[in-house]
Amino acid sequence: MHDMSAHVVHHHAPPTGFLRKYIFSLDHKVIGEQYYLLALVAVYIGLILSWIMRIHLAWPNYAIPGIRFLSSTGAPGGILTPEYYLQLMTMHGTIMVFFVLTTAPFAGFGNFFLPIQVGAEDMPFPHINMMSFWVTFVAFAVAIAAFFVPTGPPLSGWTAYAPLSALGSVAGPGQGTGQVLWAISIAIFCIGQLLGSLNFITTTLDLRCQGMSLMRLPLSVWGWFITSCIGLTAFAVLMPACILLVLDHVAGTSFFVPSNLVVNDQLQPHAGGSTLLWQHLFWFFGHPEVYIAIVPGMGVVSHVLITSMRRPLLSHRVIIYSLVSLAFLSYMVYGHHMFVSGMNPFSSIAFSFPTLAITIPSTIIVLIWIGSLYGSKLRINSASLFALGFISMFVSGGISGFFLAQPSIDIMLHATYFVVGHFHLVMAVAALFGIFAGTYFWFPKVTGRMMNETLGKIHFWFTFAGAYCIFMPFHYLGMAGNVRRYQAFVDDFMQPLLGVHKFITIAALITGAAQLVFLYNLIHSRFWGERAPQNPWEGTSLEWSTTSPPPFDNFGGKLPVVYHDPYQYGIESSTGDYVMQDSPEQINTVRDER
Amino acid sequence: MAKLFAITIVVIAIASAVPIILHTWEAPVDISTHGKLIDEQMSETMVEAGICFLASQLILGFFIWRYSNRPQGEKIRSFPGGARGLVAAAVIVVGLEVMALGAFGTRAWAAIYFTPPSPQAMPVQVQAGQFAFYFRYPGPDGTFGPIHPEQINEATENFFGLDTTHDADSKDDIVTAQFAIPVNREIHLLMHSKDVGHSFFVRELRIQQDFVPGLDLSVHFTPTKIGRYEIVCTQLCGLGHYNMKAYLEVMSQEDFDKWLKQQAALQ
Repeated sequence: MHDMSAHVVHHHAPPTGFLRKYIFSLDHKVIGEQYYLLALVAVYIGLILSWIMRIHLAWPNYAIPGIRFLSSTGAPGGILTPEYYLQLMTMHGTIMVFFVLTTAPFAGFGNFFLPIQVGAEDMPFPHINMMSFWVTFVAFAVAIAAFFVPTGPPLSGWTAYAPLSALGSVAGPGQGTGQVLWAISIAIFCIGQLLGSLNFITTTLDLRCQGMSLMRLPLSVWGWFITSCIGLTAFAVLMPACILLVLDHVAGTSFFVPSNLVVNDQLQPHAGGSTLLWQHLFWFFGHPEVYIAIVPGMGVVSHVLITSMRRPLLSHRVIIYSLVSLAFLSYMVYGHHMFVSGMNPFSSIAFSFPTLAITIPSTIIVLIWIGSLYGSKLRINSASLFALGFISMFVSGGISGFFLAQPSIDIMLHATYFVVGHFHLVMAVAALFGIFAGTYFWFPKVTGRMMNETLGKIHFWFTFAGAYCIFMPFHYLGMAGNVRRYQAFVDDFMQPLLGVHKFITIAALITGAAQLVFLYNLIHSRFWGERAPQNPWEGTSLEWSTTSPPPFDNFGGKLPVVYHDPYQYGIESSTGDYVMQDSPEQINTVRDER
Repeated sequence: MAKLFAITIVVIAIASAVPIILHTWEAPVDISTHGKLIDEQMSETMVEAGICFLASQLILGFFIWRYSNRPQGEKIRSFPGGARGLVAAAVIVVGLEVMALGAFGTRAWAAIYFTPPSPQAMPVQVQAGQFAFYFRYPGPDGTFGPIHPEQINEATENFFGLDTTHDADSKDDIVTAQFAIPVNREIHLLMHSKDVGHSFFVRELRIQQDFVPGLDLSVHFTPTKIGRYEIVCTQLCGLGHYNMKAYLEVMSQEDFDKWLKQQAALQ
């Protein structure tokens, strides 16, 4: 295994000047931090939006303070109009899915740690990497701009189904300029993701240091690598879909709008388009997207869990093969979002089988995680608590998928809070737990300081219990028929459910407040935290063999040579119960990947 | 801390299962001929899901309790059977079970979608539009008159864009805001949307079907119990989505005939 990195990356001098060091940085570590900070801003915006939505649902007549700063017309007297509720809901979903869940676990942690964990100085295309962040930043700015145009952001949901999203302002407030800005933002975001994937894939395949075979890559790297492969094809479909949507608005085309539609007694000037085409294009992206959101978390959680358990997983290769099959199957299941959409009902049956089959690799991964806990020596800290919490959340959210995967049951649960509970637990909460696990685990390496453990545990307890208090009741609401995307519940059969909504809102406010504990911990520790040693968790992978924080070229001018796989724990060595990947020490071990 | 976490997982898992076991919130009375298959499918899935959920959370909790704070010198041990046994369990116990569930579930889906409506089914048309459902009965001639979208006018209550002056078939069509049908009679519901996507959901009927602008879709069903049931829109259609609903009235044949005559007189 020869060292390829010397041929590909020019050894560069350290950056000078404020702009090059901190703003237009070519350093993957700074770029990773920039992505993480972007996601941090986005998640608190998304959180505040969710608070506003939840307060409105539980107490519709309560005047929400401060709303007038967001919109002068959306909430007269502090009470949300029906359209403004939907507009905030659309932006909550859009910001959270794209700018938090697709950004932090993949672009945030991946940019910082992928090159280090493969033993490289940087990514092979640092300028493209820098562009990927700034393109994503522009996409975010365009999305936020939608709040401040006169008619506000779109109200068609993050899924933006046509023709509601394609007809323009006649279809509803925000459906003109707001919808166009939304589509442009997402199209720009896709470009950023494609640029990022380019770097991740080439770094993983071409820049591994001597001795770092594919099987010796940490599972976090496999997570980022597989995610970037999924991203290439998924985002490559979403981008043209958004462009076609913009054209329907501004160029008089009718890709998604059929003829003879009448809105406000006006015949609409469109003909020839297909409503379902948008859904096919969107969900062909949308289902792989949820795996883009969760696979990095699975990689990070595996990595944190192994370090915390002081033993490798029962099988390293089975996890890798399962992650690859998840990625592969993720393209075959998208029609499960469209069971009752009006597509051919035979297609619904066809899509339900791979949807059910995808439980197999997911279950394998979960069982390997749980089975590896047996006989281990688990160390409990904030990072491992969130990693273990990820397993619990992923199981809870995944199992509700058994119901939704079957078209006949989906008849009763489609478009209800059952679906909302499912995707929040399995994707949003689980991925957030992965982000938190990664943050508590890698903060010492990134900043050279430790986070406060007591605050971390307080954050964990409130978040774990709180997330269950919020999202488990969503499933019961769905079974009771509570339809989603309603700004108020006026139907007879939903009246008995209003008390549950109040409980959920209170839980959401408390759980949200706990996230401020995390923010405080992050900021305080960054400047005043206890100094971190090089290897505070006694980890084996390459990030722990460099300083905290790493030097600008990661390894101080001398690339590592790898002698072991990344999970040699539970053995006897000169360092204790583990041996670092780049240590030439020979050890007695059950299995050491080559 | 580890033991507290383990207990918390167990408490949450059991607390989550309690409302299900107590049947606190469930599907309402079934007034359809295919609903029993759906309800059975739901129950079987609930049992399997419940077992998987409780087993995995309880074992996770137990392992966290048991394998944290271990003595320094203790050796690492591996789960009996290793990865192989767990892969087998995932494929056989979970995978095949879940696939079998899916295979059985196709019966309920087939009952709704893979059988055509009988020739004697009573046709009723429903049009979804921002933000109301309107229904049309064909009248004594048994034919629906053509729709002229450019003549749709809410102000004059010409919801379907009918031209009763020039189209003979439209003259006897009956347009209503309420969906009334006779009990134990198969209904062929012809669905179209006037503007954006909507959906037709009646929980008691065990039917949910999206309207697709540009497509004429239909579902067929036989209501089996007299009563009044809510129809709600479940596909986000704009600011009035939350309020878009109608009532399904299942009546005796006699009451239905009377109602239809009354509605015809109001046209």
